[in-house]
Amino acid sequence: MRFSEAWLREQVNPDLTTEALVEQLTMAGLEVDSVTPAAADFSGVVVGKVVAIEQHSNADNLKVCSVDVGGDEPLQIVCGANNVSMGMHVPTALVGAVLSGGFKIKKSKLRGELSFGMLCSEQELGTSDSAEGLMVLPQEAPVGVDVREYLALDDTLIELDLTPNRADCLSIDGVSREVALLNKMPWQPTEPSEVVVEHQQTRDITVVEPSLCSRYLGRLIKGVKVGAQTPLWMQERLRRSGHRSLGPLVDITNYILLELGQPLHAFDADKLSGQIAVRYAKKDEKIILLNDQSLTLSNDVLVIADDRGPIALAGVMGGKDSAVGVETVDIFLECAFFTPEMMMGKARDLGLHTDSSHRFERGVDPFIQRRAIERASQMIIDIAGGCAGPIVELTDETYMPKRLPVLLREERIAKVLGVAMPAAEVEDIFQRLGMVVERQDNGWAITPPGFRFDIVIEADLIEELGRVYGYNNLPQQSLLMHAQLSSAPETVLGVDRIKDLLVDRGYQEAITYSFVDEKDQQKVAPEDRVIALKNPISSELSVMRTTIWCGLLNVAHRNVSRQHSRVRLFEAGLCFKVGADAGEVAQEKMLAGLVLGSQLPEQWGESSRKIDFYDVKADLEAIFALNGIEPDFVAQEHPALHPGQTAAIKTKTGALIGWLGVLHPSLEKHYGFDSSVFLFELKQEFVLNKGVPKFTSLSKLPSVRRDLALIVDENMPVSRILAEINGFEEEAIKEVIVFDIYQGEGIEVNKKSIGLGVFIQNLTQTMTDTEIDGLMASVLDKLTLNLNAKLRD
Amino acid sequence: MSVTREQVLTEALALVSDAKDLNELDQVRVRYLGKKGEFTQQMKALGKLDPEQRPIVGQAINHSKEQFQTALELRKSALQSEQLAQRLNQEKIDVSLPGRCQSGGGIHPVTITLRRITEIFKGVGFEVVEGPEIEDDYHNFEALNIPAHHPARAMHDTFYFDPHTVLRTHTSPVQVRVMEKGTPPLKVIAPGRVYRCDSDITHTPMFHQVEGFVVDTDVSFADLKGIVFEFLRAFFEKDIQVRFRPSYFPFTEPSAEVDIECVMCDGVGCRVCSHTGWLEVMGCGMIHPAVFKSVDIDSDQFTGLAFGMGVERLAMLRYGINDLRLFFENDLKFLEQFN
Repeated sequence: MRFSEAWLREQVNPDLTTEALVEQLTMAGLEVDSVTPAAADFSGVVVGKVVAIEQHSNADNLKVCSVDVGGDEPLQIVCGANNVSMGMHVPTALVGAVLSGGFKIKKSKLRGELSFGMLCSEQELGTSDSAEGLMVLPQEAPVGVDVREYLALDDTLIELDLTPNRADCLSIDGVSREVALLNKMPWQPTEPSEVVVEHQQTRDITVVEPSLCSRYLGRLIKGVKVGAQTPLWMQERLRRSGHRSLGPLVDITNYILLELGQPLHAFDADKLSGQIAVRYAKKDEKIILLNDQSLTLSNDVLVIADDRGPIALAGVMGGKDSAVGVETVDIFLECAFFTPEMMMGKARDLGLHTDSSHRFERGVDPFIQRRAIERASQMIIDIAGGCAGPIVELTDETYMPKRLPVLLREERIAKVLGVAMPAAEVEDIFQRLGMVVERQDNGWAITPPGFRFDIVIEADLIEELGRVYGYNNLPQQSLLMHAQLSSAPETVLGVDRIKDLLVDRGYQEAITYSFVDEKDQQKVAPEDRVIALKNPISSELSVMRTTIWCGLLNVAHRNVSRQHSRVRLFEAGLCFKVGADAGEVAQEKMLAGLVLGSQLPEQWGESSRKIDFYDVKADLEAIFALNGIEPDFVAQEHPALHPGQTAAIKTKTGALIGWLGVLHPSLEKHYGFDSSVFLFELKQEFVLNKGVPKFTSLSKLPSVRRDLALIVDENMPVSRILAEINGFEEEAIKEVIVFDIYQGEGIEVNKKSIGLGVFIQNLTQTMTDTEIDGLMASVLDKLTLNLNAKLRD
Repeated sequence: MSVTREQVLTEALALVSDAKDLNELDQVRVRYLGKKGEFTQQMKALGKLDPEQRPIVGQAINHSKEQFQTALELRKSALQSEQLAQRLNQEKIDVSLPGRCQSGGGIHPVTITLRRITEIFKGVGFEVVEGPEIEDDYHNFEALNIPAHHPARAMHDTFYFDPHTVLRTHTSPVQVRVMEKGTPPLKVIAPGRVYRCDSDITHTPMFHQVEGFVVDTDVSFADLKGIVFEFLRAFFEKDIQVRFRPSYFPFTEPSAEVDIECVMCDGVGCRVCSHTGWLEVMGCGMIHPAVFKSVDIDSDQFTGLAFGMGVERLAMLRYGINDLRLFFENDLKFLEQFN
């Protein structure tokens, strides 16, 4: 809500600078969003009257005007505006004037004609961002008077960012009431006198839904002047509150909305037919609104209707067909109370948000309608003439908001705010807030005023106390807490430890959006069932990721295109998959990585080598080493990965931990990478569990190494050979290492040679050479039998 | 005879000092002290002398031998030092060359900030709890006293999957989930991703929040002020000014926005703080009785404080980052600045 400081100070004028006033509002919970001057910092502009206009002899689009600025002689001023006319009053910048943006006015010659000043638009005065033609001042504007003074432009515009609970401050009356109570000043609401009723004509009104519209006032005002003008002061106040002038009738209803916070609507009475009804729309009824929007209504929308159909969306906006215009003579003025419950969300559901709906859904003072319609009637008659009929009021007390006393227990003040307040101070604060205070045994019964919709429970009262007392005056203390020793779990590895490990191995953490492009998602994980947003920001962010790879691939590509030839990234976060049961969405914590480029950064001491599968596998093995699990890497296919360079990572019991592989060449091409991209993704639950170590005694006996060179089929996974040896019942085999893999000269086609080192150690006694030879022979036998392995010659 | 002995010694000593390396020196040693060495020969020849002469000559020979040996040792150690010096000289390397390395990696600045925030609270016994990001309407809104059509919902531009399922708009639903299961005293910190349907220069559709809350028999607004104040000073490692402004959140009452003195201009006023000297950094308040009611906690017995902060905002202020969107572009040139 934006308003003019001068208007506020007319209602209540505390002895505070603008800066202090703004600070006070902010610290009372009415946050000031911006403070701007009402006009640019211009000078030397006076009211001028155009007394003669001649066509410029050398320029078709220029006029040479004589302008009376109150001096001995009119000034000759050359002007290019289309709307310049004889007798018009216009802001005139004199020679020496400084306009918006520091523009200085000098005596000048335009196409041979002297010009002693400049006729101004609103833009040049900085009261508007744009203007079409000169600013037209009223005929009564006194010639020669400084325009700043005449328009009272030494004013400040204050913009409040009000929280939804403070609807009571959506008006000048409300803000001034608040300022008065903060400064302990007296305050009286704007109280109009009743207008004289000059005719007895009324319109028949029926409120079909009193639970939604518990008060409805209507009045006919007949014979308003066609062509009446909104007075300048009102135009200025409206402008400073962000409203354009739209003719006196609309301006007056807007003015009352700003002044009292009560939305009103003026219908052209001649365009109405029959009875006015406040009812639900019938299904598929149509209305064209004032903003030219055409709506087909559903039967849960409250409308104001006449015999022919809806004439307004209740509390939101009027219809175009019944709107007042320049030809309007008789008006039907509506002033109602629609309940917040009825209004909440309604306008938004229709894609509308108006000053009126904003106020009604937050709560308009239910006791203000008669005051508002009288005030509006008075202004209409003053400005546009006409005579008022009697007010027809329909109020259903059953549905009127009740203001019930709320109990405040004295001890709760200290319990919640941390400070006990003297009873007198408590009572003073609530009385200043316009509440009725009744002392009771252990506290008070406090009845809020009609304009406060947010005082319903004790906590609401305590908040008000704290707010008016001042949050910064409330005490502050270090929290005293019940302390319990927390456990130091050894079986859970924090994801931070894994992140740090990856960082130490040269990875950079990325954070990408959890929603991704459905097309990317489809390419990378075509088999996953995705969950889609109903209202995505864009198609690029439309479905929830089922894999972090989508995000990492885009990040990697962006970095490659920004001249990074090596990229090592990881990200941890949730992935979202639709489960087997429809509607169930699994939200699983994942950890993913992407690597491309050379294994090491270019350097003098190591030759450059492209990263390969086993480099990345080593990073994963380092992660698994943290918690001592030894998963299986099983050759398996994944739609996003190279079929020959992909491993499903599984637990010993076969549960899937994740994937490691090279991006499929067709995706590599799709993304436009020019080298292999390595990807991994792990389910965090499998890498965050850790066993508590258990001690075994150390063997004092020496260990013996025996090497085996085996020839096996080239497709034989080494893991199978290792599993055979490790699965040997003989406990003396402590460790097996692979020290060589060879294919080529000397080895049969389709075969490979594997060099293994077997470490043998007995816990209790030294083994003899014969025993060791025997053991190795049985190992070889088993490998030959089960895997068709042969000893290399 | 004696002239000859002296000549032998002089010659021997000259050979010792002329020896160019340990090898040559050893040859000199053999020539004089070996089995057929000159001094050895001289000693052998003693037997042929008169018995009275023997001790005198023997003593002289021994004397020469000792002189020779001393010279030999001296020369040996000199040559050894020389050799070592030479080796050391040869083994000299350029220590200014960079070491062999893997590239350095790093943690995302949002994670760094999250870690710092959680560390501060863990230090005084807060438990870290996470919650789901796809959340039901009940936990994200209803249980937090934000019924359907409440105007406060307009402040949360919500992503929907269906009318009852949303992407959580804040980390506050974790508060509800913890209180549903646990019993006071509770002190919990809940970090995580949150989502709002808003994207422009100062908003990204995903960002991070940390929610914190304490529920106990005697927790007051004074404790809230204390904990927020102490946290902000710990986070910024600076004695900054902090102020509490009344505000409104449906799930707390009283509610406050917390401003800190602008860390960019020390409160003088700059572009970052819109020339107010203050920066809004978090929202907080006392847990609303309606929230307690929805989780069956007796609001007469227990009170609670809660606060929530935007992690990106704090990271931007801490590190002087001027564009929110940088966090999610993941440009390595940006990320590497925090390594």
